[in-house]
Amino acid sequence: MDDWIRCKPGEATPIADIPCCGSEELGRRILAETARGARVLFLSGRHTEHDVGLWAGLADDATGTLLLCRCDRATANWDSLVESLPEIHLFERELAEDLGLVVDGHPWDKPVRRNFDKDFFRVEGSAVHEVAVGPVHAGVIEPGHFRFQCAGEEVLHLEASFGYQHRGILALFQDASPARRLALSETISGDATVAHATAWCLLNEVFAGQGIPPRAASLRAVALELERLACHVGDLGALAGDAGYLPTASFCGRLRGDLLNATAMLCGNRFGRGLLRPGGLKTDFVRKDHLQRHLETTRRDVEGALRLLFESASTISRFEGVGVLSGEDAHSLGLVGVAARASGLARDARICHPNEAFRSHPMPLTLETSGDVLARAQVRRREIEASFDWISQELSELSEGPIYTPLSAATGNAFAVSLCEGWRGEVIHLASTDATGRIDWWKPIDPSFRNWNGLALSLRGGQISDFPLCNKSFNLSYCGFDL
Amino acid sequence: MSILSERFHQRHRTMVFPDAPPPLPEHFRGLPAISCHCSLTCEACLQACSTSALARTSEGKIRLDLGACTFCGDCAGICPEHAISFGSDWRMASRSREGLKISQDHALELAQALESHAQAIFGHSLRIREVSAGGCGACEADVNVLSTIGWDLSRFGIQMVASPRHADALLVTGPVPRSMALALAKTWAAMPTPKFVIAVGSCAVSGGLFADSPEHCGGVAEHLPVDLFIPGCPPHPATILDGILRFLGHSIAEPSL
Repeated sequence: MDDWIRCKPGEATPIADIPCCGSEELGRRILAETARGARVLFLSGRHTEHDVGLWAGLADDATGTLLLCRCDRATANWDSLVESLPEIHLFERELAEDLGLVVDGHPWDKPVRRNFDKDFFRVEGSAVHEVAVGPVHAGVIEPGHFRFQCAGEEVLHLEASFGYQHRGILALFQDASPARRLALSETISGDATVAHATAWCLLNEVFAGQGIPPRAASLRAVALELERLACHVGDLGALAGDAGYLPTASFCGRLRGDLLNATAMLCGNRFGRGLLRPGGLKTDFVRKDHLQRHLETTRRDVEGALRLLFESASTISRFEGVGVLSGEDAHSLGLVGVAARASGLARDARICHPNEAFRSHPMPLTLETSGDVLARAQVRRREIEASFDWISQELSELSEGPIYTPLSAATGNAFAVSLCEGWRGEVIHLASTDATGRIDWWKPIDPSFRNWNGLALSLRGGQISDFPLCNKSFNLSYCGFDL
Repeated sequence: MSILSERFHQRHRTMVFPDAPPPLPEHFRGLPAISCHCSLTCEACLQACSTSALARTSEGKIRLDLGACTFCGDCAGICPEHAISFGSDWRMASRSREGLKISQDHALELAQALESHAQAIFGHSLRIREVSAGGCGACEADVNVLSTIGWDLSRFGIQMVASPRHADALLVTGPVPRSMALALAKTWAAMPTPKFVIAVGSCAVSGGLFADSPEHCGGVAEHLPVDLFIPGCPPHPATILDGILRFLGHSIAEPSL
């Protein structure tokens, strides 16, 4: 048997076909394959009857394939791979926290979501001071704790500490009804409802071995792009506001609402709640031409508001060279989404691992290389244009027909991975089924889980007063991380 | 110059609500209505509910707890007798938890205004400190949107503030898992009296989807005395603003149903 089985996202693999090895060997295989260019998608696990089982998944973006391997009976000790593979950092800490594995040689082995002690990384020295922020922040935003080590204005180190949003989603999932499981997936991160619901529905469809009607597939992708538009527009407005450029901040605040209202035209809810279900959609819009007209007007205003921002030299110079994350660092941390593309990494699930809608209408890849706040703003601006174009084409060619087909019985004893490029980045859901075909284990991974360390690193050597701007340029989810 | 020209083009866009009904989407799922002619043996809606919002009373009537409802609409879709329907009425805030439990015989107890002496103090000047505690971020987003130019919260003398020392009301979103209990208590303690608590969203009102989580997500009322409950998942911005204005004694347009 090979070291890994290669498959596509959106394929169910019989668990028996996934190569199985001991935990030490699994570590060796991960290092060998990542050295050949694959990147880590997940390392996760579960308690089985007497043991701990691990799943490892890597992505080969060049060929659009996934590599899977497993370990049925992990030993109590896991030799940390962090020294040579920093992107596995949080996954290993999670193994220790959730499964009780002892991670040997991890440089910063502490809980991921239950870290409320005072044990923060400290820089010593008479000129060094510490700044603590949170969990309650000044604005209307989610809770989290940031601990800065500073020498004057300069940030030497930032440690972000989470868990305040931990609602026990995975514990609730186990005995939940299908309706509740869908609702839980919609609330992993409220602003990425469509992305997470898409990933969850895909898993169910993969296990049932069937696709969804073309109209449903198109409308799901339209909703995903509407979600991206609303959030990118909101973020650019927030960045403008933080730099003190109020015209764009004001316009974008309203325009973000207009784009959320576009999603509400599909399903009645501004965040896309109640739009998707496994097998297709729950609702269809009443009038397509209303949505198209609404988007045309909104697009004109968005472009006007963004033109002002990018023509304002003093605002742009505030973004330039701030919060720089090199391509090398972004790569070694395993960043995804907007933050990865702003540092020159070609990572976009719509392009590397496209589903049906993005195969028939490809999405252009947006890359910037400077890795600063400006690059992250530029990626958003260009993606806004691309998404408006894409939606417009998709809606004009939208096929008629049903939006739902009931799913047939699911494959038993199988494992599947679904990928969906949400507005922050790649949303990954993994699941396995028991002998009856019921999903007995599920793990969603929000892009924020892989990007928070990118924010922390981008602050190093910068000024603490740059934090709000850098933070907004990443705009990561606390609840998506905390689950 | 380009700023002025863009400003001229995009015009003044603050909405007429509350002087006229807010613009709502066609599929909007607002205040539900229950016509209980359903049979006692049918459990379809109860099974379809993803929270514990639906229950059968001792008299066999269907009761819907808006405070636990996610407004997914599944119960309405599955009922063979179409006994549950979600309407377009955005007004759903209540001063009491019980007031959110509706059935054929019990209408929603819509929020009453503050007592007149309190209204004189807070009616046109309310400072709100928001605490997000274990939610999904959607309620926070639709609270935030009220401060944008479309809704322009400040025209009512209402302002979101950073410091609890400056706040008259604490607006809580999320089910308050144990990890946030201390931070919430400290924020409340830091606020000067008199002060109010507003629970926004099904999570904050009842724990919502997370009510039986091992993380103890029972909602705000387990920690603080709640003065105003605003249900929804998330509530539409019109529902939130309507609730707050109603609480402060403002006059608000009636829906044209």
